[in-house]
Amino acid sequence: MKIYLDNAATTKMSKTAIDAMLPYLDTVYGNPSSLHSAGQGAAEALWQARQRIADRIGALPEEIIFTSGGSEADNQALLSAARIGQKQGKRHIISTAFEHHAVLHTLKKLEKEGFEVTLLDVHENGIILPEQVEKTIREDTCLVTVMYANNEIGTIQPIKEIGAICRTKGVLFHTDAVQAAGHLYIDVKEQNIDLLSLSAHKFHGPKGIGVLYARKGIKITTVIEGGAQESGRRAGTENIPAIMGMAAALDEACTHMETCARRVRILRDKLIAGLSQIPHAVLNGDAEKRLFGNVNFCFEGIEGESLLLLLDDKGICASSGSACTSGSLDPSHVLLAIGRAHDIAHGSLRLTLSEENTEEQIDYTIQAVNEVVTYLRSISPIWRDLVNGKKEFMIT
Amino acid sequence: MALYSEKVMDHFRNPRNTGVIENADGIGEVGNAKCGDIMKIYLKIEDDIIQDAKFETFGCGSAIASSSMATELIKGKPVSEALALTNQAVVEALDGLPTHKVHCSVLAEEAIKKALQDYEEKKA
Repeated sequence: MKIYLDNAATTKMSKTAIDAMLPYLDTVYGNPSSLHSAGQGAAEALWQARQRIADRIGALPEEIIFTSGGSEADNQALLSAARIGQKQGKRHIISTAFEHHAVLHTLKKLEKEGFEVTLLDVHENGIILPEQVEKTIREDTCLVTVMYANNEIGTIQPIKEIGAICRTKGVLFHTDAVQAAGHLYIDVKEQNIDLLSLSAHKFHGPKGIGVLYARKGIKITTVIEGGAQESGRRAGTENIPAIMGMAAALDEACTHMETCARRVRILRDKLIAGLSQIPHAVLNGDAEKRLFGNVNFCFEGIEGESLLLLLDDKGICASSGSACTSGSLDPSHVLLAIGRAHDIAHGSLRLTLSEENTEEQIDYTIQAVNEVVTYLRSISPIWRDLVNGKKEFMIT
Repeated sequence: MALYSEKVMDHFRNPRNTGVIENADGIGEVGNAKCGDIMKIYLKIEDDIIQDAKFETFGCGSAIASSSMATELIKGKPVSEALALTNQAVVEALDGLPTHKVHCSVLAEEAIKKALQDYEEKKA
């Protein structure tokens, strides 16, 4: 059995998205900047895709900038807001402790340039409160950037309320909606969003393509220099096949959003209930306000990488926030941000579902995780100390 | 997975010498949970020969494989030879480790040295 439970990392492309791309790899291969008919065919397709994507998030077509993906969109959004702030003498930015590294590393870069960054506490449930933003905004705050849904623990943030506060205070609001797009409702106008990032491969579209939405009137700083594509905001010949695939995937995801959510949510809750039966295991992030496909647990006394490798042997593709899987000595900054101790954070497991998963797969996964955790604990010196009362359990 | 050699995966999937030795002649524990690796080695030593070696490890695939291989390399050997075991020998016996995982083999070497030190102290 092959069970793919790493949909927050990337998703399988949908047939619809693949079919939408094929003509643009084959027959309509022109460069949309070319004036001849081959180019204009591509330009027409590009225009339609832009319109379709804009419609899906409540934006105008000219507010859509195609990028290479979520990371580039995040980088460009933050740098643009910072440059606008700088011109007005505003150099304070508010964000959260558990943003994606595309945001956090860009903020680090801005700090080196003299910006001051405040990272809000995300609490044990992984959700920030709009009041925190309100209290933290200063005269010199130029940007608030808060992700829509967290990529590791799936918790959903009160975006609309935060947006409303920013709008009232005259501060730009960016949201990294990479995990949310295609899965949760998005309307940039209704939700008071000035800048938004999304990435196609998280909703069954192709990799290497994303969108930066920028509200009309916000001056965008270029990150890639070159030609006048994307109205001078992002140079480089547009990736037409990927853009067509993204537009089709987003249409499909939004059309079936509610039915998918209902189905996946049942599987998610079954998986959470099953894994909760394992002793000394804890769910990370709020049980309710989380993405419909996200399950994230910490198991005391074991380490995540061995857990992943043994699950892979059983046909299950999963992910972990352990240091060994990140290539650094520190475990996931997200788990540390919600207050998990280092020891506990190393033993984390993320399972992210899609509508392709079945109940049978969930049953199998619960049993497999149970077996692997039990086995790894049987060879763990920490577990022995915990069981013998030489150490105290952190997860009861 | 291409991350690890076949040898590493074999010792990770089927680790040799897991468990505990009751009344061990030497015990060595190294690493810390904060960093995500703890190794504990138990030795049974008679006439300065390592009769048995067992381990418990909390850690990643290479930590478990390194413990397994290190215990294999010293079983049946005189204490003096076990003291000379290097992390490099563990890495070579495993057909290599990724650069960022070499510290796992260092832990294995240290755990064995610590267990042998414990043995010497108990003897004295």
